Amino acid sequence: MAVVANGEYKFPSRDRVENYYGHQLLFACWDHHMLMAAPFMLFGAPDQKLGDIIEQQLKPLMQPDPDFDKIDWDAIEWTKSGEPWTPDFTKTIKQNGLVHKEQFRFKTPGLSTLVPPQGE
Amino acid sequence: MDIKKTPKKLNVKEKYRLMTRDLAWEPSYRDEKEIYPYVDYEGIKVHDWSKWEDPFRLTMDAYWKYQAEKERKYYAIIDAHAQNNGHLNVTDARYLTAIKLFLQGISPAEYASHRGFARVGREFAGVGPQVACQMQSIDEIRHAQTQVHAMSNYNKFYNGFKDFASQRDRIWYNSVPRSFFDDAMSAGPFEFLIAIGFSFEYVLTNLLFVPFMSGAAYNGDMATCTFGFSAQSDEARHMTLGLECIKFMLEQDPDNIPIVQKWIDKWFWRGCRLLTLVAAMMDYMLPKRVMSWREAWNIYGVENGNALFRDLARYGIKPPMHWDDVEKSIDHTSHQIMLGLYQWKFGTAFHSWTPTASDIEWLKEKYPTTFEKYYLPRWEYAIAQKEAGGEYNNFGLPKLCQTCQLPCLFTEPDDPTQLAHRETEYEGEKYHFCSDGCQHVFEQEPEKYVQAWLPMPALMQEPLKGDLAAWMEWVSLEPAAAGEYASSEDKANFEKWRKQVSTD
Repeated sequence: MAVVANGEYKFPSRDRVENYYGHQLLFACWDHHMLMAAPFMLFGAPDQKLGDIIEQQLKPLMQPDPDFDKIDWDAIEWTKSGEPWTPDFTKTIKQNGLVHKEQFRFKTPGLSTLVPPQGE
Repeated sequence: MDIKKTPKKLNVKEKYRLMTRDLAWEPSYRDEKEIYPYVDYEGIKVHDWSKWEDPFRLTMDAYWKYQAEKERKYYAIIDAHAQNNGHLNVTDARYLTAIKLFLQGISPAEYASHRGFARVGREFAGVGPQVACQMQSIDEIRHAQTQVHAMSNYNKFYNGFKDFASQRDRIWYNSVPRSFFDDAMSAGPFEFLIAIGFSFEYVLTNLLFVPFMSGAAYNGDMATCTFGFSAQSDEARHMTLGLECIKFMLEQDPDNIPIVQKWIDKWFWRGCRLLTLVAAMMDYMLPKRVMSWREAWNIYGVENGNALFRDLARYGIKPPMHWDDVEKSIDHTSHQIMLGLYQWKFGTAFHSWTPTASDIEWLKEKYPTTFEKYYLPRWEYAIAQKEAGGEYNNFGLPKLCQTCQLPCLFTEPDDPTQLAHRETEYEGEKYHFCSDGCQHVFEQEPEKYVQAWLPMPALMQEPLKGDLAAWMEWVSLEPAAAGEYASSEDKANFEKWRKQVSTD
């Protein structure tokens, strides 16, 4: 469907990547962990290492959750756009295929201190 | 001696004809298309503008007289409230959070509505709707003004009131009501009427006004309560206008039905998302509660909504598309929103707090299937942090919904343990949504919503570039207006002044 207008209606998107001076946005969600109410917005340059974003931006934000210290980082199940995904922390955002405004999610099965396990 | 001639008194019908329909004329040197350039493009077909019925038959002279009378009474009470330290009669200073949210979010919406009705009053080609819309436009600016006056007395004593207009434009949570009205204002005149006149005023206004005004009465806020009484007769007229406008469109041409249905689907969903903030107010912000959000929804949403859509079924109008998702969300949204507002309280121009023991009992009773199981553990975590001398905050910036602009904190309709994730790609760029309803709205008009000003992504752009101190200055947020209620200046001052009054 298209907008109904009485003239040509074409405007650039407000959050296009060009507006981020060589950087981009990413979103990250720790599934079933809603102490932090919404997915986090992260910010970085495409040639930044994904591992650095995780260590410097994501982990400090996750820390208040009582499950944080129990995470087995090798057993995490990652998804990107709903598909299983294997990140490489030693590679850059770009090399990991994370485009502007991409969201990745991760599951930590068995950890459910503040939110009941799924389906219960 | 001259005999004084008493002028013949006009009856209501004659007066209405002379002061509305009779004001119109046939243009002689410009054609209708030039005068009313916006009336066709939305696809709504009108064959006979004179079929518009104004059930109130209100004329300007009666309007002035009646409103002036009401406002004299209103300002007498407002003055008395100010002179007698009426602000110390509210239950406690937690109540102020509800009216700060109202002043920042709703009063500017009244002003936006004033502008919108003034505009459509000019754009419609029939004199009946022109006059009705102009009168509603004047109502709306009166409401904005009288609300600001009612609350201005609180501004002398408490934080968070002083710059509501900038905060409406700039602070993150206010982009929710603001974008709602911007969306309606940038639509055509008929869509504006369905958005504001019908969906908002008719279907949803009771869910907004009844809780706020009864909340004010329950919590001893004479100023706001008096505003409610003063506005009540206007609201009744607006609701009737909303219903009249939809019936007029549906009766003029069968081709109008699918267009109107599409707008009802859109604006009902957008309105319900906007009202999640009212849900949090009702369940969490009033020290003395009127009723739960669930109870309000059952009465004003389900009962009234069912009656309305039964009535509209004869035109072929169906209940709004995402009605079932709204129903499923009712026992969850207030908790989800309030947990969010609490954890981001360092960035709000009002205070929030953790529920007290009696609040928790009330929430358990009103939400027996959801509160204790899904939301109490998170509140208990926050309470434990506070008792240990800390404070639960979330310094992460949330992902926002491209359509409603709320943080994506709502869960799947059928799974309260799982946040809802929806995304789409449009012209090579990704867009995220909080729900199927918001994604649907976007996909009907992507060219419109790609322009949305989302406060979190905007914070990272020029000129703020993620500088939080600069952001606070830009949104006019003083640290004293934000944060936990327990340690706030508002609480300390309120308690001190109240004690002084009672010992004097």
